Amino acid sequence: MLSKRVIACLDVRDGKLVKSVRFVDTKEIGDPVTAARAYYEDGLDELVFYDITASSDRRNIMIDVVEAVASQVFIPFSVGGGLRTGEDCRRVLEAGAEKVNLNTSAVARPEILAEASAAFGAQAVVLSMDVRACVATTQTPSGYEIVTHGGRNPTGIDAVAWARRGEALGAGELVVNSIDADGTRAGYELTLTRMITDAVTIPVIASGGAGLPEHLYEALTVGGADAALVASMLHYGDYTVPQLKTFLHEKSVKVRMR
Amino acid sequence: MKKICIVDYDAGNQTSVKRALDHLGIVSVITADPDAVRHAELIIFPGVGHAGSAMQVLKARGLDAALIDAFRRGTPLLGICVGCQILLSRSEESDTACLGFIEGVCRRFRPTDRALKVPHMGWNAVEVARPHPVLKDLVSGDEVYFVHSYYPAPADERRVFAVCDYGGDFAAMIGYRNLFAMQFHVEKSGPVGLNLLKNFSEWDGVYAE
Repeated sequence: MLSKRVIACLDVRDGKLVKSVRFVDTKEIGDPVTAARAYYEDGLDELVFYDITASSDRRNIMIDVVEAVASQVFIPFSVGGGLRTGEDCRRVLEAGAEKVNLNTSAVARPEILAEASAAFGAQAVVLSMDVRACVATTQTPSGYEIVTHGGRNPTGIDAVAWARRGEALGAGELVVNSIDADGTRAGYELTLTRMITDAVTIPVIASGGAGLPEHLYEALTVGGADAALVASMLHYGDYTVPQLKTFLHEKSVKVRMR
Repeated sequence: MKKICIVDYDAGNQTSVKRALDHLGIVSVITADPDAVRHAELIIFPGVGHAGSAMQVLKARGLDAALIDAFRRGTPLLGICVGCQILLSRSEESDTACLGFIEGVCRRFRPTDRALKVPHMGWNAVEVARPHPVLKDLVSGDEVYFVHSYYPAPADERRVFAVCDYGGDFAAMIGYRNLFAMQFHVEKSGPVGLNLLKNFSEWDGVYAE
């Protein structure tokens, strides 16, 4: 039986970590490679790097980060942010990432999922969905819609329909990020998570709202998720990877302990 | 120190394998030259993708014959993922004839339990079936990282060195004489995987049955 995964998300701008990470000592604050290595050594299962570099001419810095991470961190990791074409994806994968994370670019042009899946295999393509609760209408019957630009732009696309379409187009995995829960540390959006895990057959990563180990447990059981994405609860030092894993293990969730 | 020759046949993960070896301080070179493979001290045969296209590229580059020579010479040879699968006689993937170093077939997962997704992707535990020098310090229950839809099914169960449970046991590590092969991505399997790579680098290719 597969283990449930604990995945950490690191936001990177111009090659530097945007949030400080507890493991990184003062002189190295802001280095995503150092943070990634510390989490790897602590037993984390997977990493996501999200490149929020604003200007496209500085994106080459991210390729250097990916290569450096791949030389020091021997677990799978994905990279998202600013990937608009198959060529963008190829560069990140050739630099050493296992997977690409497509979000806004897939909303703008869904065919990129099919193109990337055909070129690199479904296992390399993650569809990342930013979701917000909305009034259930005929257009959005699930009561959840896809948003972009950190929640500022509603798209009118139903979240469940989009998850199914992403799977049909060739995504190998979904990140379901609740914009409502994000940053609250009050727990994942379990209704949404369960709705998506019931709607698709590919693995689902719950995202947004983790603040306590119990929240991961809920996402992986009640929510039916295959993996739980965490950020600030690790970065701010509230919990360590072994603490999260031990909690889940003691609650009989199968996780990698060694 | 011996040098490991990593076979380049556009199979995708040769750079990741090299990075892991670099990290361990093990000397390696990525090559598509059949003569380099033929005379290598140790060989790693990586791979992601399809068995059919992998065999095509191997043949087109004359690497199939080089691997056959190396196998006969007793060169320690490690297959990874698709590089593990095509050591068998045949793969169900596009019904491909493979190298046939180990008698058996590579089969597709057909889980009856709907909760078991294909590809089998993620961390799963391996159980040691029989000891082998490459498995030094591996403990049953250690987890490694898998991404695959097909799995090796050797005809002779003595070729199976570790199994993994995914809707039933399948062979996660197989071996025969100077061959050893891992279905999972050893280069992405954390410290457990790095230890296996180190063990392989120190192996003389001798396995006493």
